[in-house]
Amino acid sequence: MRLIRRTVVLVRGAGLLRDVIAVASAVGVVGASFGAMAAAAGVAPELTIGMSLLVFAGGAQFLAVGVIGAGGGIAAAILAGLLLNARHLPFGLAVGAAFDRGWATRIVGSHLMIDESVAFALAQREPERRRRAYWMCGIAVFVCWNLGTALGVLAGGAVGDPNVLGLDAAFPAGLLALLLPSLADRVALRVALIGATIAVVATPLLQPGAGLLLALIALAFALPLPARRPGRRP
Amino acid sequence: MTWAAVLLLAAGTYALRLAGPMLRRRITLPEAAVRYCGLGAVVLLAAFIATSTMIDGTRLVGPTRPAAVAVGAILALRRAPFIVVVCGAAVTAAVLRLAGLP
Repeated sequence: MRLIRRTVVLVRGAGLLRDVIAVASAVGVVGASFGAMAAAAGVAPELTIGMSLLVFAGGAQFLAVGVIGAGGGIAAAILAGLLLNARHLPFGLAVGAAFDRGWATRIVGSHLMIDESVAFALAQREPERRRRAYWMCGIAVFVCWNLGTALGVLAGGAVGDPNVLGLDAAFPAGLLALLLPSLADRVALRVALIGATIAVVATPLLQPGAGLLLALIALAFALPLPARRPGRRP
Repeated sequence: MTWAAVLLLAAGTYALRLAGPMLRRRITLPEAAVRYCGLGAVVLLAAFIATSTMIDGTRLVGPTRPAAVAVGAILALRRAPFIVVVCGAAVTAAVLRLAGLP
């Protein structure tokens, strides 16, 4: 029995690893395009590589380099990047329990908090699987993003447009597949649809990050929260 | 881009990432608030998926990306393996672009 159970766990772990590798390798390609784009925009190689290591937030990095490239100035670039990254605060409240087992895991685990690791963690039901999914995804994406960035900086213009490979569609589709189990709950589905609509309508009118944060208004449509398992007592 | 800008962006981002776990430790949240945080993460991810499907910067994208993500969504709803969902969306987008769609 124990052997069977262990095999089942291994097989499940292998499925998770396979999914994590799929996401991380796609992230690597996007990292390469970030490196090439930053090099083309005239950002020094050590700054581009330092940015991927220390900021480790793809959307904010593209945005910051883009804002400076468009002549927006450094202050505007930092503000825009931080606004886009403000979503990590509620992320941390939601998945903090998955990685925070003391100061060391808190310090390292917080840096690995990205959309992918949060989505992978949320897609798991059991706490132990949630913890493993968070770390596996966070570490794999961190390695691939930084290797990709370094390669992109070195290769420069030789890196093609990742949109030709359809990677721009692969990311939202992958995140959606990870989010689906959480949407089985009717309240979650309702607020998610309302939030997505708010963000899509608001983003063209505002800064990219502001549209995302406005989506949190949708939480008002979760009220009143139905009692968990009505009629049952713990 | 300067080191000062990179370090400020990095420090600010890290502070935002660390704030959630720190807050969770300092204050004991009531059960309803914990569920709200979970819902908040779901809403933000859904909003992020929707905007990265429909919008580039602050402009609406052409039909290729939304169509390809829709193919991925249908595959995911039919319980296709994760890798099939991701590759299905990517291949759809690549083929539509080869066909000349924006």
